[in-house]
Amino acid sequence: MVDVTFERYLTGGIRLAANKTASTEEPILRGFIPPLLVIGLHQHGGTSAVPIVAVGQKVAKGEPIALPGTPPSTAVHASSSGRVRAIEERLIPTGTKLRASLCIVIETDGDDRRFEGGPHDPWPESREVRIERVRLAGIAGLGGAAFPTATKLEAVAGTCKVLIVNGAECEPYISCDDMLMREAPAEIVAGVIRMADLVAAPRVIIAIERDKPRALEAMRKAVTAAGDPRLAICEIPTVYPAGGERQLIELLTGEEVPSGAYPSSIGYVCQNVGTAYAIERLAARGEPLTSRIVTVTGGGVARPRNVEVPIGTPIHYLIEQCGGYRRNVVRLIHGGSMMGYALPADDLPTTKATSCIIAAAEGEVRESFEEWACIRCGDCASVCPARLQPQELLTAAAARDFDDLEALGLDDCIECGCCDVVCPSHIVLTERFRGAKRAFAEHARRLALSAEAEERHKRRERRLKQIEEDRRAAQEALKAKLRADEEARRRAVAAAVERARQRKRRDAEP
Amino acid sequence: MLTAVTVLTGLSLALAAALIAASRWLPERGDDAVERIERLLPRIQCAQCGYPGCRPYAEAILAGEAEINRCPPGGESTIRALAELLGREPTPLDTSLGSASMDRVARIDETLCIGCNLCARACPVDAIVGLPQRMHTVIARLCTGCELCVPPCPVDCIQLVPRHG
Ligand code: SF4
Ligand code: SF4
Ligand code: SF4
Ligand code: SF4
Repeated sequence: MVDVTFERYLTGGIRLAANKTASTEEPILRGFIPPLLVIGLHQHGGTSAVPIVAVGQKVAKGEPIALPGTPPSTAVHASSSGRVRAIEERLIPTGTKLRASLCIVIETDGDDRRFEGGPHDPWPESREVRIERVRLAGIAGLGGAAFPTATKLEAVAGTCKVLIVNGAECEPYISCDDMLMREAPAEIVAGVIRMADLVAAPRVIIAIERDKPRALEAMRKAVTAAGDPRLAICEIPTVYPAGGERQLIELLTGEEVPSGAYPSSIGYVCQNVGTAYAIERLAARGEPLTSRIVTVTGGGVARPRNVEVPIGTPIHYLIEQCGGYRRNVVRLIHGGSMMGYALPADDLPTTKATSCIIAAAEGEVRESFEEWACIRCGDCASVCPARLQPQELLTAAAARDFDDLEALGLDDCIECGCCDVVCPSHIVLTERFRGAKRAFAEHARRLALSAEAEERHKRRERRLKQIEEDRRAAQEALKAKLRADEEARRRAVAAAVERARQRKRRDAEP
Repeated sequence: MLTAVTVLTGLSLALAAALIAASRWLPERGDDAVERIERLLPRIQCAQCGYPGCRPYAEAILAGEAEINRCPPGGESTIRALAELLGREPTPLDTSLGSASMDRVARIDETLCIGCNLCARACPVDAIVGLPQRMHTVIARLCTGCELCVPPCPVDCIQLVPRHG
């Protein structure tokens, strides 16, 4: 096994208090079934899955309840056995925001009866079939974005230089990958090997941050035991956001993913350790993705820990499993403390994108300070991992100068929040950039609508003009014909008259 | 060496002078200016500004005959952009001219539509399809929300609804 310790640091980034100890003291809690499941059909970017069950229908654990829509999309399965109570639109948390999505509400029966109708051989020889199986098993990136894994694997199959397995988990509070690596390293490594085979990757780097010694040790052992020469473990320095896809690729390979392009365009693909685990469970046991590990933590929860959570579990049941709330919970956060966002209520369901729920107690969240004017100190630029000039972006965002925003690379901002943390004027830059991205998208939509309207209007004018011209030409032709007819008739009459005259003259001759 | 430097410096100075002179004295073609103004308008040809389309309005603005606050679909952002281009003060939108907004789309109540085709004939961007005497419908993706199809409908079955959701 290649085992390297990396001393290279990423561009920018910051060191943050990890806040991970509380949730890593107990093993992962497994086997928990909530009385109700609210399973979203549109948990990720791309298109929504299409429901295939009816209200009242009995379903088993792992039974498909919605099929993938147009790619990128994935299937959705019942996370436990029970009866479908409703199919309705509800709010669900996705990787970056809340979204209204069609949901299948299941009342569970507690039996956790398994679906028996799955494919006989879940992992046949052909690469195409395997990728299709991944899609139909509902597997999505479990690092937090929940992007359909099949689409990502497809994009790089055959052209992959390095498969990067992301176990960095750089964001404060989140420890689900850490715990999974400690408890199921052999399954993760087996899943990694399956993915490497699938995309024909000649090399695989498993990257883990230095602050997870136990996960590192477990994974090192599992990689040694697997004895696959393609695999390397890489211990990387603990810096936020080293686990961001682009940042990790740059850190490990020195290559920058071009702005606006996917990593696959330069031959890399990043997969989260949880995703590898899901692949292994599919391939070895035929299990689709019906659960994921979620870190439940924060000062507002009695017993912080990691839980294997059926997808679609309403969050308050999950909190109950962790001893319920304690102290004053000032905010419920979906995701980590940097890239996560506040939830409006605790009856929202978890999704494939739910890596962490923080019940933040007083004093735990960044207080909102009074914002001062930007003093152009440049601190934000020095920590920006995307090499942007946040202070310039701020000015352009305030002026809604879309040309400037584009030129300054707004699109490359990964919304990591590093700039906020260091800004001495307490400016909430990331929030502005999120807003600016929304405004920019709106602006782009308008421009596209305008351009299309202009084009269609021109075409319509041309068409109307053509119709008018045709009409006029037809009229002219008709007139000419009438004139010609008239002329012909006149000539005919004149000729007849002439003939009559001649006949008369002839008759008058003696 | 000295000659080379002198010649090149002289040459570049002369060319620069020529360029400056050209930009100063050659008038900007009127068409270009109209074009620049038109680019900032929504170009959906709804005629709410009181001109038969965006270009005529742009021409009127250039000629100083029209205020820059007459385009309802463009709203504040268009006014701001025009003000910046022309160095005028932004003024609030003249709301007496209409309420068309690109954030909305027309929707035909298909249970009421009698298939008269009058709406389709009014639509400046051909966003309405339907056969004569049959139901008509709006292609939402193409509709600009200009409202021109609303008045001609004899059974009042066209409404404007939010574009998203
Ligand atoms: S860190 Fe804050 S004050 Fe300093 S340049 Fe950036 S935005 Fe301005
Ligand atoms: S939030 Fe955006 S601008 Fe701020 S540091 Fe992160 S990538 Fe840079
Ligand atoms: S109101 Fe605006 S969009 Fe409509 S024709 Fe006039 S300039 Fe064009
Ligand atoms: S359908 Fe109606 S509102 Fe939409 S663009 Fe055509 S005329 Fe305007």
